[in-house]
Amino acid sequence: MDLLRLYGQEVGSRLLLGTAQYPSPECLSDAVRAAGSQILTVSLRRESATARSGQQFWNLISSLGCRVLPNTAGCHSVKDAVTTAQLARELFDTTWIKLEVIGDSDTLRPDVFGLVEAARILTEQGFEVFPYTTDDLGVADRLLDAGCQILMPWAAPIGSGRGLSHPYGLRTLRGHFPGVPLIIDAGIGLPSQAAAAMELGYDAVLLNTAVAKAGDPVGMAGAFAKAVAAGRAAYRAGPMEPRDMATPSTPLMGRAEWA
Amino acid sequence: MSIVVNGQTQEDATNLSELLHRMGLNGAVVATAVNGQFVSVSNRPDTPLRAGDQVEILAPMQGG
Repeated sequence: MDLLRLYGQEVGSRLLLGTAQYPSPECLSDAVRAAGSQILTVSLRRESATARSGQQFWNLISSLGCRVLPNTAGCHSVKDAVTTAQLARELFDTTWIKLEVIGDSDTLRPDVFGLVEAARILTEQGFEVFPYTTDDLGVADRLLDAGCQILMPWAAPIGSGRGLSHPYGLRTLRGHFPGVPLIIDAGIGLPSQAAAAMELGYDAVLLNTAVAKAGDPVGMAGAFAKAVAAGRAAYRAGPMEPRDMATPSTPLMGRAEWA
Repeated sequence: MSIVVNGQTQEDATNLSELLHRMGLNGAVVATAVNGQFVSVSNRPDTPLRAGDQVEILAPMQGG
């Protein structure tokens, strides 16, 4: 079986799904089932003594039987990201953390310098870090040196749905780190884009908005599941090398001569 | 004496555990920090609160 191995844990699905922006809790549950996802990203926000919405959300997530990957979304400093990760570890009872240190509010571009620093601190504290990063090779090297065993480059800005904006960079990253699990995190808008990422040899895709904001989130979740599986199967099957010139696929030998 | 809880000024409490109890959140699935420092469940009773302290009480929420 073609399992995805992340920090020693094996999962069958290569589609990681975010839990935000769905029209309803029921829609979220149905979308998770349609996607077949086994890892869901979650966050932490202020709890109200009266609303207690966090408790209701947690009951829903617990009922889905998936592993959770808490994030540090919204953190713009190393200190905020580290503290948020510490709270998440206790709250979700996991050492996994999707580390986001945001460098720019318009593009939600990672602050890669802060990211490396936070990754090192958290690794030393026993966390297993999933860093939201760019396709920069130097930053990837530093993250691995800091103790990360997984890299999660963006395809495009979070929530933009622009797809693989820099395929060369993603292909290069794949080539440089053949043994490191690589997960596309952010920017995917269509199933075809997810398939393209998987055809490049990426190990998994993490997305949220493309499903949650679709006209039919459950239908789109199913479409993404098929696309990720197809892209993975294509990668394993060994795609042909592209050529600049045409090559006839029909044999010329035995061709009729028409005078 | 007043403390700030999730950005709102609140009545005082002698320690973090007591504050959560007063808010009805003692058994809730929440994580806490005081003045930017994580405070684990086991350390809440031993974490005194003083005037002006900034308390964060966070719960699981949707995320991408």
